[in-house]
Amino acid sequence: MWELIAANKRKSVILLTVMAMAMIGAGMLIGQAVAPGAWLVGGFFAFVLWLILSLVSYYSGDAIFLASAGAREIQQTDHPTLFNIVEEMKIASGLPAMPRIYIIDDPRPNAFAVGRDPQHASVAVTAGLLNRLDRDEVQGVIAHELAHVHNRDVLYVMLAAMMIGVIALMADVFLRFLWYGGGRYRSRGRGGGGGQAQAIILLLAILLAILGPIAAQILYFALSRRREYLADACGAAYTRYPEGLASALEKIAANPGLGEQKNRAMAPMYIVNPLQGARSAVGLFSTHPPTEERIRVLRSMAGASLADYEQAYKKAKGGGLLPSGSLKTARPVGVRPAWQEEPNQPRPTPQERARQTSDMLWKLGNYAFIACPCGVRLKVPPGFKSDKVRCPRCKRVHEILRG
Amino acid sequence: MDPLVIALIVIATVVVLLLLWLVGAYNGLVRLRNQLKNAWAQIDVQLKRRWDLIPNLVETVKGYTQHEAGTLQRVTEARTAAQKASGGSVAQRAQAEGELSSALGRLMVVVEAYPDLKANQNYLALQEELTSTENRIGFARQFYNDSAMQFNNKIQMFPTNIVAGIFNFKAGEFFELKDEAAREAPKVKF
Repeated sequence: MWELIAANKRKSVILLTVMAMAMIGAGMLIGQAVAPGAWLVGGFFAFVLWLILSLVSYYSGDAIFLASAGAREIQQTDHPTLFNIVEEMKIASGLPAMPRIYIIDDPRPNAFAVGRDPQHASVAVTAGLLNRLDRDEVQGVIAHELAHVHNRDVLYVMLAAMMIGVIALMADVFLRFLWYGGGRYRSRGRGGGGGQAQAIILLLAILLAILGPIAAQILYFALSRRREYLADACGAAYTRYPEGLASALEKIAANPGLGEQKNRAMAPMYIVNPLQGARSAVGLFSTHPPTEERIRVLRSMAGASLADYEQAYKKAKGGGLLPSGSLKTARPVGVRPAWQEEPNQPRPTPQERARQTSDMLWKLGNYAFIACPCGVRLKVPPGFKSDKVRCPRCKRVHEILRG
Repeated sequence: MDPLVIALIVIATVVVLLLLWLVGAYNGLVRLRNQLKNAWAQIDVQLKRRWDLIPNLVETVKGYTQHEAGTLQRVTEARTAAQKASGGSVAQRAQAEGELSSALGRLMVVVEAYPDLKANQNYLALQEELTSTENRIGFARQFYNDSAMQFNNKIQMFPTNIVAGIFNFKAGEFFELKDEAAREAPKVKF
């Protein structure tokens, strides 16, 4: 897929350059509209803004996004299965470094990946995902996400999203400024000549402010859809089991009611669920093509190679997707059997999975675990005042040891 | 302008572009070859990881089972054999590792009859690690073969095959297990 990766890198550079020019141009226009002769100042401010935002977005975009989604990093011991799945996919995709793994305490199943390059990747999944999907399906989802990192999609999309945000912000600031206080400057400017030109520039600036964000958003959506199919193709090739990703997509898209899984880790101690109504971990990657399409393409694959995906895609959609260089296969690649059919694999039931996930969340929330001899496992919240706790079943008193 | 000068400029530009392409193609081949080497090393890493898990597994199982000394012994022997074969050829290694896989598979089947052991937390964690390691070996092999394919394609396709010929890049061989059946765990129906 070298052509695609190189294309993504190239596009990122082009995007940055075009955005710089657009921003500086807009800054100049706005500066001129506000006070004649101030176009240089406007341009300069826009350039500085662009520089700061580019650097921040490139180096800290990941951290910002993860923090805003409420993601918390976990270690190998917190959830060995998830860790193993990610490591397996890391090997299959050839990433040079193990991605960091984050958990989002949300009952709706979803996942995303961030990473400016394969060396600094992070993948986040929701608790709902771990509860609802079995190993094959989780592996499919992780493979898809790591494919995004591998193809440098994340870099490009993150820059694009940042730029759109900035355009929207600038437009908003300008319109607000105009609405509340720009009138004064205009009257001063009309004293000399050039009142006509001033008015036209003002009009252009307003138009830019309104249309800019919309156009950027449309462009962004159009680009994202193709990338999702590409990530599907790569993900299926990594796992050698397209059905895993297909049934995972089915389960995630179904998105049933959230009642049962309402944050059991926090519920006992809070009156109002602190994450109620917060966005699920979708954010950047909510611009997806129709899920039924993606499932259909995956399920009509004859084998498990990129060429098979291309064939299925052509059948379903008509056009081609992958560049021809990546379609050469020396030998056919078969689909592997599902984990469910392999003997001697650990196969936790949904209840066991749910318990494993909520235990992990409790640990992350700094709850203390105490195993009472009568069989009850006490989970003591971090804010608990006393250092002794009584078992509700057998009334034995336990000391709380905080690590 | 003097037509000679124009001609010289054109030729110079063409030569520069050609050189740039040459450098790019060579670097691409080197990158793929290194990726192949790393993929091979990755298989090594996972195989070693499996060796390291086995003593712990044998100890845990020994604590719970009385009559399975023979199966455990075979696992330990297969492990030693695989470690010894690590210096040998690809085919020898594949053979030894395949036998270790089937010895482990037989052990897993035997363990099915001991519910106490199956419920033991330690054993469950070990089983997860072992399964994951087997998966990882599989994926490492997969990635190695994918990389070999990419590399071979690059070497054989025009125009990079010219560069490959000049600098003597050799095709990579695929890592196939001689007998796929030797890898599968025997399925026993009770």
